[in-house]
Amino acid sequence: MVFILNGRQMDVSAQPDETLLWVLREKLRLTGTKYGCGMAMCGSCTVHLDGQAVRSCVTRMQHVEGKRVTTIEGLSPDGTHPVQKAWLTEQVLQCGYCQSGQIMQAAALLAKTPKPTRAQIVQAMNGNLCRCGTYGRIVRAIERAARGEV
Amino acid sequence: MAIEISRREFVVGATAGLTFAFALDLGRVARAAAQSAGLSPNVWVTINPDDTITIVSAAVEMGQGSMTGMPVVVAEELDADWSKVKVIPPPGNPAYGNPGFGGAQITAGSRTTRSFFTPLRLAGAQARRVLLDAVAAEWNVPVSELSTEPSVIVHQRSGRRISYGDVAKFAKVPAELPKMTPADLKKPAQFRLIGKSLPRVELPDKVVGRAKFGIDAEVPDMIYGAVLRPPIPGSGIDALDDSAARAVPGVIDVIRLPWGVGVVGTGFEAVHKGKAALKVTWKKGARAEGYDTDQLIGEYAAIAATLSKPGLELHKEGDFAQAWATAARTFSAVYVSDHCYHATMEPVNALARVSADGTSCELWAPTQSPGINQLAVAGVLKTTPDKVTVNVMLLGGGFGRKVEQDFVLDAVLLSKATSKPVKVVWSREDDVRNDKMRPLAAQFLQAGIDADGNLSAWRHRIVGASALARLLPPVYERLKGKDEILIEGHEIAYSCRNQLHEYLREDRGYDVGPWRAVGAGYNKFAIESFIDEMAAAQRVDPVAFRLRLLAHDARARRVVEEAARMADWGRKRPGRALGIAFSDAWSNVASVAEVSVDRKSGRIYVHNVWAAVDPGIVISPDNVAAQIEGATIFGVSHALQERITISQGVVQQSNFHDYQILRLADAPDVRVKVISTDNDPTGIGEAGLPPAAPAVANAVAALTGARVRQLPMLPERVLAALRA
Ligand code: FES
Ligand code: FES
Repeated sequence: MVFILNGRQMDVSAQPDETLLWVLREKLRLTGTKYGCGMAMCGSCTVHLDGQAVRSCVTRMQHVEGKRVTTIEGLSPDGTHPVQKAWLTEQVLQCGYCQSGQIMQAAALLAKTPKPTRAQIVQAMNGNLCRCGTYGRIVRAIERAARGEV
Repeated sequence: MAIEISRREFVVGATAGLTFAFALDLGRVARAAAQSAGLSPNVWVTINPDDTITIVSAAVEMGQGSMTGMPVVVAEELDADWSKVKVIPPPGNPAYGNPGFGGAQITAGSRTTRSFFTPLRLAGAQARRVLLDAVAAEWNVPVSELSTEPSVIVHQRSGRRISYGDVAKFAKVPAELPKMTPADLKKPAQFRLIGKSLPRVELPDKVVGRAKFGIDAEVPDMIYGAVLRPPIPGSGIDALDDSAARAVPGVIDVIRLPWGVGVVGTGFEAVHKGKAALKVTWKKGARAEGYDTDQLIGEYAAIAATLSKPGLELHKEGDFAQAWATAARTFSAVYVSDHCYHATMEPVNALARVSADGTSCELWAPTQSPGINQLAVAGVLKTTPDKVTVNVMLLGGGFGRKVEQDFVLDAVLLSKATSKPVKVVWSREDDVRNDKMRPLAAQFLQAGIDADGNLSAWRHRIVGASALARLLPPVYERLKGKDEILIEGHEIAYSCRNQLHEYLREDRGYDVGPWRAVGAGYNKFAIESFIDEMAAAQRVDPVAFRLRLLAHDARARRVVEEAARMADWGRKRPGRALGIAFSDAWSNVASVAEVSVDRKSGRIYVHNVWAAVDPGIVISPDNVAAQIEGATIFGVSHALQERITISQGVVQQSNFHDYQILRLADAPDVRVKVISTDNDPTGIGEAGLPPAAPAVANAVAALTGARVRQLPMLPERVLAALRA
């Protein structure tokens, strides 16, 4: 099955009904994308599919074929995407397990809405759970990235 | 938790009828395995010839920041250049045991900083002294003429300087290490690193997806495993039809385990599909069969309030009965709380590689208890703990769930059965249904006020199952049944001369375990709600009432005053109200919550929380703030909506759609003031949780007059209180 992963063409042997999450993690060994619930309830597995934030745990490979997939490993070549930098400046992460998904969700938001209002941030990020309770810093980091202060 | 574990009484209890008992020889101190060419004055520090310094973290990293904070403490006294420090996680090894757990290697109970602060400072100072002594001998100068700058030794008189790395090239570790005492340590004013909010060391890897959590572990030839456990814990297998499971593409084998049925295969999805296709008839008659939480809440509450039923005495002071009988005014109330689920974002998982002869094992796991893992794995493999290598991975949340052994033993037994490395990752459904929940608990409180308005009588009865009796039976016995996990936080800082605290254990066949702030979560909910009820009945301001009862305790008063000041306590806000709560569990914390209530639906909205904390000497103010922010959100989440229900022995929830943890839209803004004082540091990973729920409950009462005495404060419970 052919698709573009982090800018490079991939050919992976996968069944059409396999999920992108496990193909990424087990077959392509990109473990930055995390499993949290398997039912689109937590956002830990968020990646970009043709630039849109999607839950890879419910994305079947048949819908990936021929498309562009970006994971946390490919968000920037060297970890310098404004969202990643803002995340470090605000020391957002605690355990960090949810944060690949949070960062990918936030990056998709800012790509579409460079100057989001607080309400837009809350709406965009509400599907991403964080058990460590880093929500306040997530909002602050997105606002920082939007201001360009990274 | 304040569990003392002596060195020879370790028993790791597992549920399915298995108990593993061992002697743990803590006297045996091994050198760190990871050390290489450099100079290692002790197990914590290696100074490398290239000027880098490797420091072993005293604790596993699960988001609490210890993997930065503990090495900072070592580096401070070593006078290391922090930019040259590399941190490695602790290997499973008794040498890294936690003095706060009698030397057992466990990261839990908010006792990393508290227990390791001084030992690690001494270790850092000792390493520095070894370097100084070596240079003094080499240069033939008195050691008293040498001083250090970050990672450099300086001889002021001759102007000579040498870097730590260069010292490591010639220095030898002396046969007898210099003995350090607290008098050799820096004064707080001399700290360069402590108190500085240094960025966390592992975060750069976490923002690019490079950090390795337990779930990311991988070794060559690894296969995957999943385990089906009975819906009612403790049920044995009556009949098993695994034909459909074996037919699932990717399934390699189906293996019976003492506690369920294992499926191994080529990937997570294959083994979990295989698990779903198993047809098992479970034997009837498990003890947990009749377990029903709706019923238990009422039963426990009745037991708590039945004063003729004696409890185990936890604390007695003065004469409660006398003070109660002569009080000018008396109060009593019952509070109850449901079971809660840990909901670590990373479900439990482990990778095990058992040797071909079955007598040794290498383990990769997100574990809070590497030392106990060694004991437990040695127990099932009938070998010795030193044959078990534990690679501690990053934890995607711990909160007490990852002190358990169940997920580790899944991987070990499946690896043993298949002679292959096996990685077991529990599905979210497995994780919810087989959690070791926070105990369901009931409290009965009684208090008397004397004619002068002082608190003259206080009684607290706690009812719930024991976590300690399952986890560490000999410790439970030595403590004579005082389950310090369950009763945590029952002590009060408020001045009262006549007190009686009791514990009534109820064991109905369901496992409970430590959780974030465990007992303090519901005990402080009860205590702080009750204090507010007393203040309201006397028409005394709740802040003023607390300050009065804390007249003898300046540190406690200060956090209460500070939280009230931050919240602008006296200011009225239309449609909203404030509530305050104080907790002395781990650290002094006071929190003020601002809420509104939808009186039609009964739904509570928590808009803001202001918290003040005094953890003594602060290693990283920003990390303390982050922990209090996070624990406050966690606390509001369990206060409003977290509940596991069990009906006829079966857990009713399965994933985040029916066990909802707080989302961003419902999360309050949390502002934290960290008050650093020159006192020994106290724990901060859990301390923010206990005041959150009672602060919300007190705000709801202030706004509506409705008193909700049950956690979580579900809309229907709020409506019932509004009608009462
Ligand atoms: S794992 Fe995909 S949303 Fe939770
Ligand atoms: S940082 Fe731990 S779950 Fe979000």
